[in-house]
Amino acid sequence: MTAAGVVTLLPFIALTLSAVVVMLAGTFHTSHRLTVGLTLGGLAWTLAMLPVTAARGGRQVTELLLLDDYTLFFIGLLVLTTAGVVLLSYGYLERRESHPHDYYTLLLLATLGGATLVASTHFASFFLGLEVLSVSLYTLIAYPRLHADFIEAGVKYLVLAAATAAFLLFGMALVYAELGTMSLNGFALLHVTGGGAADTSLLVGGFVLIIVGIGFKLGVVPFHMWTPDIYQGAPAPVTAFVATVSKGAMVALLLRYFRGVSLNPHDTVWIVFAAIAAASMIAGNLLALLQSNVKRLLAYSSIAHLGYILVAFLAVGRTAAVAVGFYLVAYFVTTLGAFGVVAELSGAERDADQIDDYRGLAARRPLLAATFALVLFSLAGIPLTVGFLGKFYVVNAGARSQLWWLLIVLVATSTIGLYYYTRIVVAMYVEQPQALPSAPRPARLGAIAGSRASDAVLIVVAGLVLFLGIYPAPLIRLLEHVVAGLP
Amino acid sequence: MILIALIAWPFVAGVAAWIAGRRRPHVARWVSVLAMGAGLLALAVVWIVKAPDFALSGHGPFVASVHVAWVPQLGISFFVAADGLSLVMVTLCYALGLLAVLSSWREVTTRVGFFHFMLLWTIAALVGVFTALDLFLFYFLFEMMLVPMFFLIALWGHERRVYAAVKFFLFTQIGGLLMLVAILALYVIHGRQTGVYTFDYLQLLGTHLSMATATWLMLGFFAAFAVKLPAVPLHTWLPDAHTQAPTAGSLVLAGLLIKIGAYGMIRFMVPLFPQAAFRAAPVFMGLAVLGILYGAVLAFAQRDLKRLVAYTSVSHMGFVLLAIFAWNTLALQGAVLEIVCHAFSTGALFAIVGLMQERLHTRDMDKMGGLWLTAPRLGAVALVFALASLGLPSLGNFVAEFLILIGSWRVSEPATVLAAFGLVAATIYSLWLIQRVFQGRETPAATMPDLTLREGVMLAAMAAPLLWLGVYPQPLFNAVRPGLAALQQRAVRGAPPPSSAVLLPPPTTRAAPTGSDAGAVSMSGDAQ
Repeated sequence: MTAAGVVTLLPFIALTLSAVVVMLAGTFHTSHRLTVGLTLGGLAWTLAMLPVTAARGGRQVTELLLLDDYTLFFIGLLVLTTAGVVLLSYGYLERRESHPHDYYTLLLLATLGGATLVASTHFASFFLGLEVLSVSLYTLIAYPRLHADFIEAGVKYLVLAAATAAFLLFGMALVYAELGTMSLNGFALLHVTGGGAADTSLLVGGFVLIIVGIGFKLGVVPFHMWTPDIYQGAPAPVTAFVATVSKGAMVALLLRYFRGVSLNPHDTVWIVFAAIAAASMIAGNLLALLQSNVKRLLAYSSIAHLGYILVAFLAVGRTAAVAVGFYLVAYFVTTLGAFGVVAELSGAERDADQIDDYRGLAARRPLLAATFALVLFSLAGIPLTVGFLGKFYVVNAGARSQLWWLLIVLVATSTIGLYYYTRIVVAMYVEQPQALPSAPRPARLGAIAGSRASDAVLIVVAGLVLFLGIYPAPLIRLLEHVVAGLP
Repeated sequence: MILIALIAWPFVAGVAAWIAGRRRPHVARWVSVLAMGAGLLALAVVWIVKAPDFALSGHGPFVASVHVAWVPQLGISFFVAADGLSLVMVTLCYALGLLAVLSSWREVTTRVGFFHFMLLWTIAALVGVFTALDLFLFYFLFEMMLVPMFFLIALWGHERRVYAAVKFFLFTQIGGLLMLVAILALYVIHGRQTGVYTFDYLQLLGTHLSMATATWLMLGFFAAFAVKLPAVPLHTWLPDAHTQAPTAGSLVLAGLLIKIGAYGMIRFMVPLFPQAAFRAAPVFMGLAVLGILYGAVLAFAQRDLKRLVAYTSVSHMGFVLLAIFAWNTLALQGAVLEIVCHAFSTGALFAIVGLMQERLHTRDMDKMGGLWLTAPRLGAVALVFALASLGLPSLGNFVAEFLILIGSWRVSEPATVLAAFGLVAATIYSLWLIQRVFQGRETPAATMPDLTLREGVMLAAMAAPLLWLGVYPQPLFNAVRPGLAALQQRAVRGAPPPSSAVLLPPPTTRAAPTGSDAGAVSMSGDAQ
């Protein structure tokens, strides 16, 4: 690797060093505030390095990593979201954990894993990034270790993620055996040319196994089983991280190397993806109807949202790529907001995850309730919010590629979605808080003073939801530039 | 610029009312009244200054327009314009907005600031919907108003308000999403043909479509507008929403929201897909007749006074649907007149039901009777609006329904005959309503104070336009004729599909007193 390569890798170096610094600082000085400050400093430093790398133009560093504008955009998105998660974690952990230092180290490492995933051009870096992300998450999910729920969720995730990682690895091995290359580019070309001579059963088998690995990370049907359990079991800020950074990094990789699929509609692989998309939209939205736990409800809704993203993914053309990016940004912002509200309301004993916890919230904390309502309407795709434009963009991309059946499914299921989102809104605005003498929790949950850090996140989220919902032109321009380099 | 001001004004006033209402509820009410009143005054000036324009033939149909790029990458622009039709609807928005604020003066006592915020935002979105000429903007505002309306019903409504609010939200949403798919399909097809991807309605008008495509797209639009209107199989949200909404909500729903369905069909659906619409016209006229009769029969079967009034809306909107698919000058002018008159007559009936519920705490007609003895003025006013609803000559509704029947006679005689029975049914249920509630044996529990001055003025203000339009509707016809004529020129019954993408041509008809020659133009190519 040359000196120029080192400069190009500065964002990665910054992230790695920050993780080390935060870890060391935690051993010397045990102040939560300082740790959070250092973490945020590290993330800011990483962000500041992005323009430095961008100024040098898109660059391949070794065979493993490619840092072009596409990569840098998504790294920026991941880093900013992680910063939001850090701020949410501050108040959340302050209330219930005495030694929160390693938590932030792990968060930075997980972000590094996500960034590697986005930048990878090779099976090795792909797998490495995935594992760094997953291993950090095992611990993060179970981090507040005094609660059995968290440990159960952590172990569940460990077992399932390890198993699917094995699938992925085996798939890579099969593809390598057939193609003789581990480069993702060679792999991507396969779809563009429609397989051709290399279209053997080994290759198809390898491909399917890789889809299993990716599908698991995305949490799409039929690989979605872990999603509700982990969402429910993990601490709220970590859930936000799993829902955004972990899934988003994989979507970025999928968009770069698997877009060839969209060129051959009615090809087997295309049909597999279309079926996954339709099944995710239907199952996610229908199962969300049955939930009384807000975190599980959001889990099923995220399954459906990934289904919407896949619709845009299956559409042809630059507009479709922009649509995927736009929807992803919208999904990041709103998901962070939704779990931010859950985290802010959560007390020391348990997360505020029952719909009953939200009854009468509008009377107790009007601004928080308004933010949550705004975010939920954004998830439902109501105008004035970024979620509406995201959905509009997806339908636009689908219409351009004439994916009518997928669009009809999208329309029908997102109407179902509206129903369960309004249930929470109704609970917050119309219903009165429960007055059961044996259940003092809701009253206490509302009485917790909001920490300023998570308030700041929620204000930024609400502002972004509205701003991007009314004036999306700058983001679209940026995305058009970013996806211009895609094959 | 006046259009932007008219759209933005209620948004701003709504926020002001919310902030003001946090401390003193009364300030929120006054802010809203002044906002709506000021808007009405501004509109009055517009009418006076622009009125000569409507009479000019050869003058473009739009008296004001604003066109600003919004999301240029997708061809979305902020394009609003008003012709006579739009201006009538906008005026209606402000007038009913004012009446809605007045009618909830004492009904709404909780979260008053928030209530007026929601009400004014609904009005603002409605004003936008009636002036938008960019399909994206239209859809944006169309969907946006659902949220404040949802809150209006769910927070300040009656017993089953949550159920009604959610049902309303879901019905409208699925119709709207189907329309969104149709809009995008049209956008893509137009983009493929011309290389220009745009949501500009005037440009999309020229899109060449095959019959099958046009039919599918038209059905997408129809889904959204038929839910709103409502046309019969899709009407079930309406009785619930109207009944459970607070009085102001019912007023806005009946007076304005359901009119979007009619307006959307006249402005967008038929001109965009004329051949497909005319081919399907027999089916839709059948639905219209079904709606007229079915709504009337169901109205007759209600015990809940407010539900009765709600079902009469289904019946009256059937007439509007019939007129739209008859698509000739007489019928369309009748439709616009019906839109305006129905807004006032049904709005007033809802206001009266609201007043009675405030006093009696029930809407059950079995618990009423003989109310005329204790509240003669209220009874008299109710009689006036019931007579308007049944189509008594000298009140506006009569002129409207008469014109619609004449217009549709030329297109479909059986449909017209059946629709005329709707008038008979309307007579029965209207008189029956008065008889059960105000006449008959006095119920001891049902005594109530008579109208107050505020209520009296409010109801008189609603009766005045009905009387005016019943006696001298000509100014309204003059105002809407150029706009309607331009739309009719776009979509001529039985004509071959338009080959060129010309903008709306100027109306060719002279300003004739009744517009009969314009009707003849569209009749000449009538396939019937």
